[in-house]
Amino acid sequence: MIIRKRFAAGLCALIAVLSMGLSPVAAYADDDPDHPGDADGATPKVELVLDVSGSMRARDIDGKSRMAAAKQAFNEVLDATPEDVDLGIRTLGANYSGDDRKTGCKDTEQLYPVGPLDRRDAKTAVATLSPTGFTPIGPALLKAAGDLKGGEGSHRIVLISDGEDTCQPLDPCEVAREISAKGIDLTIDTLGLVPNTKMRKQLSCIAEATGGTYTSIQHTDELSDRVGQLVDRAADPVVKPVAVEGADSCSAAPRLKPGLYTDREKFGEHRWYRVDVEPGQELRASVSVGADRAVNNDYGVLMRAVTKHDREIVRGSEAGDGRTDVISTGLRYPKPERDDDEETAETVCLQVSNSYSATSATAFADSKSKPGLPLELTVDIADAPDDASDVAAFGLGRGWWLLGALVLTGFVGGLLWGWLSRWRVAVWRTN
Amino acid sequence: MRTKRLLAATGLMALAALLTAGPASAASTEDGDKPADAGTSFRTATEIAQGDKATASASTGDYLYWSFPADAGQRPTVEATVKLPDAASRHADTRWRIDVYDGLRRRQSCMYGMQARTAPKDASSVDLACTLRPVRAWSDPWANDPLPGTYYVRLTATGVDTADLGTPVTAEVKTTSKDIGGAAAVDGTLGSPLVPGKRVELSSTEPEDGWSSGWWTDRWVWTGIGGVLAALAGVGGYTLTSRNSPSGV
Repeated sequence: MIIRKRFAAGLCALIAVLSMGLSPVAAYADDDPDHPGDADGATPKVELVLDVSGSMRARDIDGKSRMAAAKQAFNEVLDATPEDVDLGIRTLGANYSGDDRKTGCKDTEQLYPVGPLDRRDAKTAVATLSPTGFTPIGPALLKAAGDLKGGEGSHRIVLISDGEDTCQPLDPCEVAREISAKGIDLTIDTLGLVPNTKMRKQLSCIAEATGGTYTSIQHTDELSDRVGQLVDRAADPVVKPVAVEGADSCSAAPRLKPGLYTDREKFGEHRWYRVDVEPGQELRASVSVGADRAVNNDYGVLMRAVTKHDREIVRGSEAGDGRTDVISTGLRYPKPERDDDEETAETVCLQVSNSYSATSATAFADSKSKPGLPLELTVDIADAPDDASDVAAFGLGRGWWLLGALVLTGFVGGLLWGWLSRWRVAVWRTN
Repeated sequence: MRTKRLLAATGLMALAALLTAGPASAASTEDGDKPADAGTSFRTATEIAQGDKATASASTGDYLYWSFPADAGQRPTVEATVKLPDAASRHADTRWRIDVYDGLRRRQSCMYGMQARTAPKDASSVDLACTLRPVRAWSDPWANDPLPGTYYVRLTATGVDTADLGTPVTAEVKTTSKDIGGAAAVDGTLGSPLVPGKRVELSSTEPEDGWSSGWWTDRWVWTGIGGVLAALAGVGGYTLTSRNSPSGV
């Protein structure tokens, strides 16, 4: 085994030396110099949204009050925040202590503006907080999204709350979906302090609406670890997608270059895109359709590549059951090189459809007027592959049957040759 | 291009006999820098190398993503272990599941392994595994065969009680692969491996010693040995006829 590996490695090295420039060994090197996805100077922005409602007084986290735990966690997180992250803090329910719901539900304030972090200032601001009013999660999220506006980096809201929203009818879940549909690449992560079932439902609904995560917190160290982890995740560079709006037919569809795109697709809707593929190139496309709301447990996605004349070239499809974040599929279409000189690009239409279904008729009706499900589309153009002329590599054989067959034919060939030459010698002698 | 490839390959076959040992490719994956977090989407998947044990602390209900490179001739196996929180703090059984997707985000089937498992309320951990089909160098565009490139692993709880949502868990993922060799060596190669986002760098994953060029397969050895044996058998057959000839003829 090792000998074989060494042998293989040796042979590969030899190939590399011998056939430099003559073989396509290094064909995988990506020599494309421009990477438009590189986000130079794009600072990730994070806003921590902290619930300072009256219920934060409850002393049930490691014997301390929820507020004390949150403060301690914030201090640790502020110390550990990476330099290249712009961090802001917003509170909800921190100022109004009265009973008027209307006023209480507007009570959200930016405690520390999103920007380069001055640790001392931020800590001083956090230290002044004391549990006071209502829990207006929805309005706070809307304001937080406003705080994060602009910039090329990723945007993240970390919501820390200990109670469900007390400001109905504005459903925070719905607010999260709206925010996510408007802003690109915004994630809301939620943390529930000593949560009950209703709270878990609401906070995980907010998280799922934006592709974020939900965590239940029972201890102080869990809180600081998790918030720290989320801030670190925000600092990881990611490629930002480009918003695009697919059309309902191929002729009106937007023309896409290789890249990463987002769009929205309603239940039962079809979206079309166009990509130009030149001969000798391979189109690679993949799509994910996310479930950002309650959907039934059986669902699917279909992506078809069709020609301008509506002939289907290839399709990718996938179905699933059970809880999920996205359902995804992909396809590739290699366009063979043509012998004549006419190198014309072919327009390939991509049709994306999903078979998610709403859990109720009202949810379906609602979704007609609201933003659709998030859709992520990647388009790549690569070199078209070598076509296979045989099933096996280079048409070579393998195995004992092959050896047996070769030995047998060799032997029979030898025999025949021997007899033939003997016969020829005999004929020559007699003549 | 193809003929050139073949010619060069045939030339190399002749030289292959001269080779006894090449530079050994040390496949060491021993470095202390193991990924300690996971991504939460295809776009943010944490890249891991084969053989690395990646860990992540997460919450029940999170969708955790990792990506790893797999090359032609390999048969990758993904193993995941989820350490669950204390039985006392749990309310119901939880169903955990790993899914493996290729570079085009197409789901790949598992040949072997418990891909999904229900963790009873009192279990302390769940083990999941998925062995993919052997990765082939080429396949029809209409087929769903595993191809060289990036592979995504998604680990999540698919069936979870609301009361258990968000409880802390730790996950461990490791990918290894078995060398299948020439049995899965097919003709043709991709223009480039299925690594998504060539232009926008969605994934920069690559095997330790680079992507294979698609030249080498042990079929060269089998066919070469077959040729030699056939020649020997031919000579054998020939000498048999001359030995049997009556003297004087």
